[in-house]
Amino acid sequence: MKTIKVDYLARVEGEGALKIRFKGDQVRDVQLRIFEPPRFFEAFLRGRSYLEAPDITARICGICPVAYQMSSCAAMEDALGVAVDGRLHDLRTLIYCGEWIESHALHMFLLHAPDFLGYPDAMTMAKEHRDMVMRGLRIKKAGNALIGAIGGREVHPINVRVGGFYRVPEQAELQALLAQLRAARDDALLAVDWMAAFEFPEFSRDYEMVAIRGEREYPFMGARIVSNKGLDIDVHDYDATFVEEQVAHSNALHSFIRGRGAYVCGPLARFNLNFDLLSDTAREAARRARLETPCMNPFKSILARAIEVIHALGEAIRMIQDYQPPRAAYLETRPRAAAGYGCTEAPRGTLYHRYRLDGGGLITDAKIVPPTSQNQKTMEEDLAALAPRLIKAEHREATAMAEHAIRNYDPCISCATHFLDLTLERE
Amino acid sequence: MPAATRARKLKLAVWKFASCDGCQLSLLDCEDELLALAERVRIANFLEASRATVRGPYDLSLVEGSITTPHDAARIQEVRQASRYLVTIGACAAAGGIQALRNFRDVKEFTSIVYATPAYISTLDRSTPIAAHVRVDFELRGCPVNKAQLIEVVSALLNGHSPHTPAHPVCVECKRRGTVCVMVARSVPCLGPITHAGCGAICPAYGRGCYGCFGPSESPNIASLAAQWIAAGATRSAIVRVLRAFNAAAEPFAAASKAYEDDQG
Repeated sequence: MKTIKVDYLARVEGEGALKIRFKGDQVRDVQLRIFEPPRFFEAFLRGRSYLEAPDITARICGICPVAYQMSSCAAMEDALGVAVDGRLHDLRTLIYCGEWIESHALHMFLLHAPDFLGYPDAMTMAKEHRDMVMRGLRIKKAGNALIGAIGGREVHPINVRVGGFYRVPEQAELQALLAQLRAARDDALLAVDWMAAFEFPEFSRDYEMVAIRGEREYPFMGARIVSNKGLDIDVHDYDATFVEEQVAHSNALHSFIRGRGAYVCGPLARFNLNFDLLSDTAREAARRARLETPCMNPFKSILARAIEVIHALGEAIRMIQDYQPPRAAYLETRPRAAAGYGCTEAPRGTLYHRYRLDGGGLITDAKIVPPTSQNQKTMEEDLAALAPRLIKAEHREATAMAEHAIRNYDPCISCATHFLDLTLERE
Repeated sequence: MPAATRARKLKLAVWKFASCDGCQLSLLDCEDELLALAERVRIANFLEASRATVRGPYDLSLVEGSITTPHDAARIQEVRQASRYLVTIGACAAAGGIQALRNFRDVKEFTSIVYATPAYISTLDRSTPIAAHVRVDFELRGCPVNKAQLIEVVSALLNGHSPHTPAHPVCVECKRRGTVCVMVARSVPCLGPITHAGCGAICPAYGRGCYGCFGPSESPNIASLAAQWIAAGATRSAIVRVLRAFNAAAEPFAAASKAYEDDQG
């Protein structure tokens, strides 16, 4: 029996393993195993103040802390009946742009591109593609500079709070970033052409793709969740629509649409479902890269990320040019006994938070559904669909292809793990 | 070091235990230094960045995360044995991290809140720092670590110097930055007087109180600060909560939070 086994998946955030077992030409079993230790966030959030949720949940993930801060704020504001809009909303979108830019640049240049070009890592890739790696690092740095300017620091920013911010930046503080952001956009436009020339495996499946549908803007935050197969719900109906189930073969909880099955969230889903809301520059870049909607090839997710980086850089430049500081840094909130639901688009997909609060504003119950657990079932199904190619390939090449297929989803195992079951099977 | 190996590149390894990945990401966030570092040292084990791994021994191991499973308790011993210098990065590795909140509760209750089938979960009752298991050559504080301090530590050790990261409180950094004291001027509760420096006093500069991500400073006078908080209207339960966050299990914070909890009546 042939087995493809990767004990430690590299170039993903967190610790996971992969095992595919074959019998003859048939796949017997695909397991994406998570052995990252559980950290029990939902448990220790109980008894904490609603004001602490953005800082605490940021620590679920060092790569996308802003997403956790934004989803927790959205849920708390929903519970307390506060709507953050206008300039404060724009400032939130701006810091979220920073996170998309840095997280996507990290994934595209340092984690994913080496798969297409056959390098073990970006440092080795830099020996022959130094110019592009430097461009990637500059884009990443520009995203981090944006998060740092608004949030105080890049990892676990300190300036986001329920109702808005602790302090809003002055015009000049943001305008100082414009030259760097414009240069990063030029870098990103060149990079998308470079990536469009990669060799993409011919692969597609009939996915159900799920994303927030933006009202007027390409979605960072929003309350409507849609799919290419007719799903169209409000975030308040999330629990009635999506369910997490235990799967015998992997001991892992997977997210499903009730009565339908696995689905995908992330940049490709957002691109397919919100193409009309991208900036003209981003749509033109997509056309040049021959990325058309609907794109059902997950290997092309790197192009969707590049398009989103171009969009986010353009939006950041536009918002900074138009920026007027909000009159108040945050809206006052008054605790009350209530439930709140919040959903935003983390770089790697939809991130759902739900809280129940008591009358004093202490959390009595928390539920967090990160993108990686939503995509996990699809990652396994992709591997099963790739099996006929994997079985024919030489072992080393098959392993590389299987890892590449996982990295298409930019999995963040640190995020998923407080939620996924743990197996300690030793081999 | 034998003359024959003197010219070889030093081997750097990065290891992850229970954590959010943010501290090792700080290494990849050194956009200006990353390629230079990769030329200078051999990145021998850094799974977040590379699928190529090289066997130990390693000249410098950076360790992120806390020990929370029997498997990890064994693995850290192997890392120590394979490492000449072992440096921990961040609050999880130095103090057990936010996941050490289980130390104050029954972990079985925590498991059943998060997991449908708690029997599958293998976890220790407590989240413990790396130094509770092996000898640590240097601890870099922070949730997350400060990038400039990370570069300082890596370059100092690779050049054979001792790293310099002052242990004075955040207040010193605040004064140096010229920030008006949020506690004196606006009665905003702040942990600055008892928190280890290193972040650059960001929170007060953004108008909020320090919330202690770098853990306790040297000889913190927690009782005195807590009295100020209470005078400004804070409840004892709020003091317990603020001490029980990202460095909850660091000894001075843990002892004080226990005392204020017992004192609530």
